[in-house]
Amino acid sequence: MTRYSAWSVIWNGLTGQKGWDRAWRDPEPKEHYDVIIVGAGGHGLATAYYLAREHGIRNVAIVEKGYLGGGNVGRNTTIVRSNYMLPGNTEFYEFSVKLWEDLSHELNYNVMFSQRGQIVLYHSPAARDAAAKRANTMRMNGIDAEMLRRDQVRERVPHLDFSDTARFPIQGAILQKRAGTARHDAVAWGYARAADSLGIDIIQNCEVTGVLREGGRVTGVETTRGVIKAGKVGLAVAGNTSRLTGMAGLGAMPIETHKLQAFVSEPLKPLLDCVVAYALPGGHFYISQSDKGGMVFGGDLDSYNSYAQRGNLPIYEDVAGCAVALMPCLKRVRLVRQWAGVMDMSMDGTPIISKTPIDGLYLNAGWCYGGFKATPASGYCFAATIANDAPHQLSALFTLDRFQRGLQIDEKGVGPAPKLH
Amino acid sequence: MLRIPCPFCGERDHTEFSYGGDASVEYPPIDSTDETAWYEAVFLRENPRGPHKELWQHNNGCRMWIVVERDTMTHEIFSAEPAHPGVRAQLAKEAGT
Repeated sequence: MTRYSAWSVIWNGLTGQKGWDRAWRDPEPKEHYDVIIVGAGGHGLATAYYLAREHGIRNVAIVEKGYLGGGNVGRNTTIVRSNYMLPGNTEFYEFSVKLWEDLSHELNYNVMFSQRGQIVLYHSPAARDAAAKRANTMRMNGIDAEMLRRDQVRERVPHLDFSDTARFPIQGAILQKRAGTARHDAVAWGYARAADSLGIDIIQNCEVTGVLREGGRVTGVETTRGVIKAGKVGLAVAGNTSRLTGMAGLGAMPIETHKLQAFVSEPLKPLLDCVVAYALPGGHFYISQSDKGGMVFGGDLDSYNSYAQRGNLPIYEDVAGCAVALMPCLKRVRLVRQWAGVMDMSMDGTPIISKTPIDGLYLNAGWCYGGFKATPASGYCFAATIANDAPHQLSALFTLDRFQRGLQIDEKGVGPAPKLH
Repeated sequence: MLRIPCPFCGERDHTEFSYGGDASVEYPPIDSTDETAWYEAVFLRENPRGPHKELWQHNNGCRMWIVVERDTMTHEIFSAEPAHPGVRAQLAKEAGT
């Protein structure tokens, strides 16, 4: 594999771009692997990469029903942050941000991680108290957070609606400077290339149709390209988790599949140099500007169970309303793209990285809205869980049995209602 | 837009309704101390890709809870009937006479 460098860019520029290898192989599945990861999305690819790099397990295959990076890693608003408050979440997401900070070097692939900062607005005295509590909790856990007053927010992002008639009058914000955005596809491609170079087989167009078991133990998977045996199987198929766990005989899951939409506007000149978000009764919205100039934004779920990767019109209206309420200057900007991803909405809004009651079967699921920013840490912790057959310290609270034991991690405090997380 | 055929008001946009989740869940009796039964009812969902029975409340209409059978992949709606068994029976009876 060619190592990417400034020199290789210059050399290939001078020699007609003929010196590039393909970024990963297209191997035929072998009969047996030590570990099979189902799902070549961000989390699955990262898991395989860390299995090889951290644990020396290289006889690994990733099987993918479509093409790699074709699911939610390519269908999100690319925001990376760690403004969490509950034990379990704070340290996990902060670890993820730290992995992000070095990811381009680590993978030798530019994931365009841009720490442009995230501003989360508040709009009432009660919300200010909640924001202060969150910011203080973050700082006590070593995560950067600053409280901004209204005039400080205005100085930084003057074109938000600070008028007397604002739909949601801005009173202030939490700023996390180390938060930001990354190039979502590049994350999948970077992990794929790095994993492939460590000898991992990425097998695309290979849909899992059954999970093989002998007694209480997993022995492999049945796929559209034949049976593949394995010592261990890890599922990283957010959106379709219930279907795979159904095949494995795990029964019902604390998960519902919902769809979440995202939108991109026509490209504009530089307008917004940070991520801005707000959530309050009546509005939930997050926006950033991509390097190509498009405004990238999203809001709430479509509210009902769905596996269809297509969105519904009422959310267009809702999100457009939120956008204009925040930035009236967007009023006449046109949308050019919209898409919907299918989310694993867990019963407490927190993911699952866990062993399962079936030996050799591991579960990475329930990412709700938050899977993209978690990609590196999720892969890191899931790889450790699979390699050691025991949870990693950072994801030890994300167990599958926490619901039965009364140990839910409900960051929003809305109870077992997936559509509200 | 989903168009939900409310048994009382006729076919309406789904924005008139609020979603109440899986209608196949059976809760244990309110005085039950069977923790496993409560755990299963509160937390576990079949979450099928395909036909799914689900609750909707017609907030901006008759305010009745209805059970809708809908495909979670194609969004096709197969049926909609009152969630309350007494109301359902009465409606069926009136339709029969």
